[in-house]
Amino acid sequence: MFAPRFGYHRVSSVAEAGALLREHPGAKLLAGGHSLIPVLKLRLAEPPALIDIGRLAELKGISVEGEAVRIGALTTHAELAASADLEEHAPALAEAAGMIGDPAVRNRGTIGGNVAHADPASDLPTVLLALDASFEIVGADGERTVAAADFFQGMMATALGDDDLLTAVVLPARPPGQGQAYAKFAHPASRYAVIGVAATLEVNDGVCSAAAVAAGGLVPVPTRAPSVEQALVGEPAAGDAIATAASQIGTDLGDDLIGDLFASAEYRKAVAGVYVQQALATAAERIG
Amino acid sequence: MSSKIFGSGIRRREDPRLVTGGAAYTDDITLPGMVYAAMLRSPHAHARIDDVDVSAAAAAEGVLAVYPGADTEDALQPVPTAWLLPDSDLQVAPYPAIAKDTVRYVGDIVAVVVAESRYQAYDALDLIAVDYDPLPAVTHPQQATEPDAPQLHEGISGNQALHWTVAGGDIDAAFADAEVVVKERIVQQRLIPNAMETRAAVAQYRQASGELTFWNTTQNPHIARFICSAVTGIPEDRLRVIAPEVGGGFGSKIAVYPADFVTIFCSMRLGRPVKWTETRSENYQATTHGRDHVQEVELAATKDGKITGLRCTVWAGLGAYLSTAAPGIPTILHGLMLSGVYDIPAVKEDVFGAYTNATPVEAYRGAGRPEATFMLERLVDKLANELEMDPAEVRRRNLIPRFEDGHDVITGLTYDSGDYPAALDKLLDHAGYDDLRRQQAEARNEGRYLGIGLSTYVEICGLGPSQVAGAIGFQGGLWESAIIRFHPSGKVHVFIGASPHGQGEETTFAQIVASEVGVSPEDVRVFHGDTDNTPMGWGTYGSRTTAVGGAALALTARKIKEKAKIVAAHLLEAAVEDIDYEDGNFFVKGSPDRGKTIQDIALMANVSWDMPEGVESGLEASTFYDPPNFTFPFGAHLAVVEVHPQTGQVKLERYIAVDDCGPQINPVIVAGQVHGGVVQGIGQALWEEAVYDDSGQLVTGTMLDYAMPRADRLPEIEVLSTVTPSPHHPIGVKGIGEAGTIASTVTVYNAVLDALQPLGVDSVAMPLTPERVWRAIQESGGD
Ligand SMILES: Cc1cc2nc3c(=O)[nH]c(=O)nc-3n(C[C@H](O)[C@H](O)[C@H](O)COP(=O)(O)OP(=O)(O)OC[C@H]3O[C@@H](n4cnc5c(N)ncnc54)[C@H](O)[C@@H]3O)c2cc1C
Repeated sequence: MFAPRFGYHRVSSVAEAGALLREHPGAKLLAGGHSLIPVLKLRLAEPPALIDIGRLAELKGISVEGEAVRIGALTTHAELAASADLEEHAPALAEAAGMIGDPAVRNRGTIGGNVAHADPASDLPTVLLALDASFEIVGADGERTVAAADFFQGMMATALGDDDLLTAVVLPARPPGQGQAYAKFAHPASRYAVIGVAATLEVNDGVCSAAAVAAGGLVPVPTRAPSVEQALVGEPAAGDAIATAASQIGTDLGDDLIGDLFASAEYRKAVAGVYVQQALATAAERIG
Repeated sequence: MSSKIFGSGIRRREDPRLVTGGAAYTDDITLPGMVYAAMLRSPHAHARIDDVDVSAAAAAEGVLAVYPGADTEDALQPVPTAWLLPDSDLQVAPYPAIAKDTVRYVGDIVAVVVAESRYQAYDALDLIAVDYDPLPAVTHPQQATEPDAPQLHEGISGNQALHWTVAGGDIDAAFADAEVVVKERIVQQRLIPNAMETRAAVAQYRQASGELTFWNTTQNPHIARFICSAVTGIPEDRLRVIAPEVGGGFGSKIAVYPADFVTIFCSMRLGRPVKWTETRSENYQATTHGRDHVQEVELAATKDGKITGLRCTVWAGLGAYLSTAAPGIPTILHGLMLSGVYDIPAVKEDVFGAYTNATPVEAYRGAGRPEATFMLERLVDKLANELEMDPAEVRRRNLIPRFEDGHDVITGLTYDSGDYPAALDKLLDHAGYDDLRRQQAEARNEGRYLGIGLSTYVEICGLGPSQVAGAIGFQGGLWESAIIRFHPSGKVHVFIGASPHGQGEETTFAQIVASEVGVSPEDVRVFHGDTDNTPMGWGTYGSRTTAVGGAALALTARKIKEKAKIVAAHLLEAAVEDIDYEDGNFFVKGSPDRGKTIQDIALMANVSWDMPEGVESGLEASTFYDPPNFTFPFGAHLAVVEVHPQTGQVKLERYIAVDDCGPQINPVIVAGQVHGGVVQGIGQALWEEAVYDDSGQLVTGTMLDYAMPRADRLPEIEVLSTVTPSPHHPIGVKGIGEAGTIASTVTVYNAVLDALQPLGVDSVAMPLTPERVWRAIQESGGD
């Protein structure tokens, strides 16, 4: 399909992007274009202008700052997947980024665009929720930081306002002895997540001392799984205990599940536990 | 040179341009003054058109013209079908290029916009106001034939486009006396061919001379020329069709389409070159689909596994109108192959072709044969289950034994040659079949579900004897042609009527010439796809290009060799009978080092200073080859899968293909065709399905929903072969383009069902999505 007519501005600073956003109501930031361009081509949106932030060096790259990992919004999925820093400090994020789409999508798509678009079938929001990420935003009134739990607000809805620009995603570095994993049931056509589960596990004396589990793909907004997490803590991080905890996922998912032609809500709910179990078992294996 | 070039896996000469972006497709053509067409397509599956108001669109920036159906009514004849199947009560519904009163599927053209740019043309589409009065729709082939179904075409009752029957032997007795009967209802879901290049056309009509040049992504430019002439009224001798690089077809570029004629119409009206290129979404809606059968099949057998009869009824969805070759696909190319590789004494099939409110259905890789192979091979597995026999053993008990020169089967065909037991043995041996069965039993003990699937197949290609074409209502011949022209330098130009579009015949045809007359394949260029400078031919589909066109070429090369011998004899002052030939060298028996090379002879023939008396100048020959019979490639395939019982996920662990296409001109190209074919067939088994909702909307309308096979879901495909030459073909070759697809769908399906057998599942609709497999497991009460 062919996109409708739009204006185009390439910016050289975050401030310039902000000014243009305010100047052109309804304008959209353009990062990797791998969500926005399809939307335009399907004529699902007709923004008057695109503001191309793609060349803003200040929004690119990964740095480790003390206990925190800071990821510029324009960092691509391919860079996340290949990053030695992430491999060390946030391996589940690298793993999930490596499972996104195909090489072309990973080479163009960015973490900022991915979370700003907040497609329920995306992979990164789920991982970022499990990893307690926070989001640095520049808006008309200056800078602010929003926690993952508050950032993802609904299907394709986030804490970003019309004039906001996401500059970075910040994660706590993986504590020693924590295992992380991401398990995914990919749609055979789109490659998006039918089900995605991110998990972290910490073990002390053979017993799970902390766990974080988040599920996405099958719910409108990725959700943490408190019942699963609670069932894990205090139990051995292995076999039956993991299976029992994983089976709690149904409670955490609630009733508002996504279903489509390929996989109904009923089916997704029924098999979600398998992916929770897989993520947990892999995280447990990786402890150390 | 050369005697070894036949059978050598030299690299495809097509590939450098294809993989570096150097190839020029129809959409790459730009002409001075060119303008762009965009088609307004119906959003309704079935509706009356009350009004089309084009005024706003016509006034839009850059728009040159907007034509609704009423404008083309007198200028364009109805779109014809080229297969007027006899004895089938064929009802050909009027097929207007642009709908005027009624639209019959989502994608039917309602109007065309021509504008200075493509964007302007697409923007203007939104400005056309069409007043539709929606009607009830039906997209399911069997439901379309039911009494209360919405009716698509006036005067065609029950939406029945055709009813065709094939029968042989005493089928009633076979079932009356059967010791065992197994039955199945099978849905061969609709598939979208998904050629990498969408359809496109550029029409350049010269009003002064009345000549048209038409660039088109077609598999058969010469047929396109006839049909374009018939629809537009441009005399066919003034109509030049060029198929530039064509990015895949798989059958979907056989048809000549409404949008093609509309593009020509626009160029005729405006006197400007007009380009039309489909978007991918448009391709999904408006380029032909494949399969779409509902099949009720039953198989009669004895207790020791001998098949005694096969009876079936098939409802074949043909879509809203009959596409170019549509009537022949679910009938001739399907029903005549009913008995497959087995000696079955009685068969009967009824095929009901139905009009439905859906995209027209055409040939799609395999075209009728995958649907036939599936029915038979699925039921053979069911029979094995019923009798608690090994599926390989049931097959063995029924295979036609080896034959080298003709075997008559119950449907009336004479297979050319075959050694089905050898293919099966080679397959089982390579797979380690007994070991696999042992592993399967062990896995089951551990709660893992491995499945092993088999199919043995034979298919029909090399279409075909023109007399037969006439008898079965195909509106043309099915011969092929070739011209070989030697230049004075000894380089060779080959012109063929067939129209390869990715299969690699520029390479294999050079190999044929090289091996026949002893030139280097690099010295042979193969030209195709332009009706003004290639001889007439019927196109590339049905695995016929090498089987028929390759024969024409080999015979032409032999004519060249005969003439060369005469010239050589003259130059060497010897009698023609005393001339020997080896690898491009013509010499007097016993004196190979004092011979004349084919290049020497080409030079002499071209300058013609010293030619034998009565021999024409030049070294050029041509052949129109009409095959005496079809060819019948065959083989045996095996797949190993593991099914995850909690999620229904299917993992393909191994795939082995043994195919026999006769002698292989280039084994690497053969393997490539097998790979692609196998994968397309697996796509049907596991992933692909065009789904319409109740109102006739295509809900798998993009690549986000329609799942194509991807490399990371596939194991390495193990490609093996046996070689059984076709006795009637000058170089013995049979065709390999579709074999993989014909065998693989049912092979993988059988493997998955074999895995599910202990869980009590014996039928799951295709594609075997995780949810469908999971539901089948739930419903069977297993695990
Ligand atoms: C074929 C295909 C397969 C895919 N498969 C997957 C998959 O498996 N998993 C998955 O998670 N995703 C998948 N995606 C989506 C992909 O990850 C996208 O790249 C990503 O969602 C968007 O990132 P982008 O940089 O391309 O953003 P763009 O498309 O440029 O922008 C997306 C949206 O975010 C806004 N935006 C971008 N950057 C910022 C910013 N810094 N601040 C504020 N707003 C911003 C834009 O205005 C726009 O609204 C797939 C996409 C395609 C095309």
